[in-house]
Amino acid sequence: MIADLGFGVLVVTFLVTLYSVFAAIYGELKKIPALVESARRAMLLTWPLLTLTAGILIYLLVNNHFEVQFVYEVTSRSMPTYLKVTAWWGGQAGSLLFWSWLMSAFTSLVTLRKWDRDRELLPWVTVVSGVTMAFFIGMNVFFENPFAQLYQTFSGIESHTFQPANSILFTPQEGRGLNPLLRHPGMVIHPPMLYLGFVSFVIPYAFAMAALITGRTDDRWIRITRRWALWAWLFLTCGLILGGRWAYDVLGWGGYWGWDPVEIAAFMPWLTGTAFLHSVMIQEKRGLFKHWNILLIVLTYDLVIFGTFLTRSGVLSSVHSFAQSAIGPLFFGFIGLTLITSVALIIYRWANLKSETEMKSLLSREALFLLNNLLFISILVVCFWGVIRPLISELFTGQKVTMGPPYYEKASGPLFAALLFLMGIAPLSAWGHSTMKTLGRALWKPTLLAVAITVWIFFTYTRDPYALIGFSLVAFTILVTLYEYGRGVYARMRSQDENMLEAFWTLTARNRRRYGGYIVHLSIALMAIGILGIELFQVETQGTIAVGDSLQISGYTIKYREVASWDNLPAGVNYTRAVVDVYDREGNFLGNLHPRKDYYFDSQQPMTIPGQLASMKDELYVLLINWEPISQAGTTFKIFVNPLVNWLWLGSLLFLVGIIVAAWPDKDPELVTVQEGKRIPQTSAAD
Amino acid sequence: MKINKFVIGGILVLGAVVFLIWTATTSTSEYFLTIDELHAKGASIANRNLRVSGAVIGDTIQYDAQTLTLTFEVAHVPADNAIIGTEGGLADALHDAVVDPSRERMTVQYVGPKPDLLRNEAQAIVTGHLGEDGVFYADELLLKCPTKYEEAVPEQAG
Repeated sequence: MIADLGFGVLVVTFLVTLYSVFAAIYGELKKIPALVESARRAMLLTWPLLTLTAGILIYLLVNNHFEVQFVYEVTSRSMPTYLKVTAWWGGQAGSLLFWSWLMSAFTSLVTLRKWDRDRELLPWVTVVSGVTMAFFIGMNVFFENPFAQLYQTFSGIESHTFQPANSILFTPQEGRGLNPLLRHPGMVIHPPMLYLGFVSFVIPYAFAMAALITGRTDDRWIRITRRWALWAWLFLTCGLILGGRWAYDVLGWGGYWGWDPVEIAAFMPWLTGTAFLHSVMIQEKRGLFKHWNILLIVLTYDLVIFGTFLTRSGVLSSVHSFAQSAIGPLFFGFIGLTLITSVALIIYRWANLKSETEMKSLLSREALFLLNNLLFISILVVCFWGVIRPLISELFTGQKVTMGPPYYEKASGPLFAALLFLMGIAPLSAWGHSTMKTLGRALWKPTLLAVAITVWIFFTYTRDPYALIGFSLVAFTILVTLYEYGRGVYARMRSQDENMLEAFWTLTARNRRRYGGYIVHLSIALMAIGILGIELFQVETQGTIAVGDSLQISGYTIKYREVASWDNLPAGVNYTRAVVDVYDREGNFLGNLHPRKDYYFDSQQPMTIPGQLASMKDELYVLLINWEPISQAGTTFKIFVNPLVNWLWLGSLLFLVGIIVAAWPDKDPELVTVQEGKRIPQTSAAD
Repeated sequence: MKINKFVIGGILVLGAVVFLIWTATTSTSEYFLTIDELHAKGASIANRNLRVSGAVIGDTIQYDAQTLTLTFEVAHVPADNAIIGTEGGLADALHDAVVDPSRERMTVQYVGPKPDLLRNEAQAIVTGHLGEDGVFYADELLLKCPTKYEEAVPEQAG
């Protein structure tokens, strides 16, 4: 009954969304303001409706309504309530609903803006996001109904939206439960973060399309959506980092990123999104690259849809992939359709998007930004080629080929290095015109120091050429950025007579975009330290030892103390934990570690949780592999030492700080720009 | 002249990227074969970088915890999703492969911890090379268990 209600509300939402789209189009074309207004109100209705739908689904999930197929697949009685709630996005049908729900929330936020400010753009924004939303809700209604119920028929148990003739409702005693590997706080927030990022990139796209449709192709759409794009980027980055951290903490293979097609699918919109965030600045300041910016947001949008699809289908042989599903061709159809429509619109408005000036100097800020864009797109091409080459090869030669991590590392490594270098110099170059001489003046001191650091690393730590190149670039970028930041602070201290902290604070607060950007650049350099450390210098050892014996690795001594098991714990798990003592080279006791192996007997799923001893220098990562329960004679450990890896996580945190600084709402300068010459508004509008 | 330097710069960057992708592709791509294909190719693929998928035969799993040496046999499963579909999905295809004694089989050896997902009728995707003794020496072992979950979960070793 309740499930039927949920489906009913879903269908109503679908119809309301369709109405909103068509009413907005017809109303705009025929100039009927009342119709456009009704479209706006219909769009505002979708969020409460989808919230109701989601509420019903959550009610079913929490109350063990296993007669609903989706509930049966993702929950079980032993799961705690919070996991039952988050199981909402634990399966295909639910996560599509989750997507639509976020989309409607964001569209409503846009719709709540004062319409008179952007009267011509907003109806079309509703249309574009409404079409996207209708597509996703349609998927749920027609193909992936989260409310489909199980029925016992003559031919067995089947799932149906409507009760077939001669059947009775079938309620399994117990659900299959969420995969234990996904029962981790990181996994609870990783998918929503990624989806938030995905969905919020739809809004800039919708504004770009609205700009093309209406012919209002100045940079108004960019000014409105800049902050959306930044928040989208924040969420997407957060999602990627959380996924990496989850893999590192739970999967027990000592890594955080495996160049899996699904990881790449989430990474590709990040690449175009990052390029977009950079190149819109050139349009704002110099009026260049207008075609390019729209193309970038179109690409980002379609990569977002593609990413959602890849994570939710079995099209590529991936460790994340779901069962084969009927929705594949539809996704491709939708991506093709939106891509063609968008590109056609760009061509239609080609002349309106002419650059206002031209680039003059190779070292000017705009030229370096263009290079940055080329590099991001090149990494995208590397990724895209890696994902589709297996498909192409199979299609044309019948030969299955895989592209593993070595391909991606080899092809993208130099590009990332070049980006790191650019990150150092680009913020120092001037708009319009820059020469070697002016750049050199700003750069020579930090460069000298970076060279000195590299020489020091050469003599004290490593002579590995890749490491030296990597660390010298990191040192260069960090020093240049700090130097530039420091000069700003110093100038302010002198001119405003402020102390250092005050100067730092006001400087950052008054130029949030610039200094937020610097903080992000610094954080990327810190992350690079961690990545270089783990990629180039990870060491591992493994061994089977008896209680009291020890293993040595990189100056650590790991002494095996005991192992104990607890069976039949309430969560449906057998739990085995070893205790090891860790000593350093001098024999000082550093602490205990508790590597674990959990075995979820319902699902026969073991899970290996490492014991970690972290410092900024390196991280000891101990895995419990195998044990003899009775004799305790032979217990197998695998141990990694991951040098510098915590710089990656530290950098990630700083990264978030940087984006938040850059994206923090201003007292709406955009309002001031628009209404220039009219009146200066007193209010700070709620953007 | 002003246009030219940007065009030249662009071409240089483009050329470098194409070169990078080309060299990375040729030097690192692995051929993905089924066990039938592997046996059909015979000696021509000895010591090449390969990736092979097969169904794990539970009874053959042996693990020496002292040396961390893991050996097991895998049976041929078709690679084509359409064929797998006609066999009733991946879980059924894997089951058929394991119970059918006439299927081509291959012994895999891997040194490292025994992965949690290694069990009867799991799909193993092994990366490594075929030794002259006919044993596949895997550097990497990836397992999927489609029977239990909608979602196959990553597990990587090596």
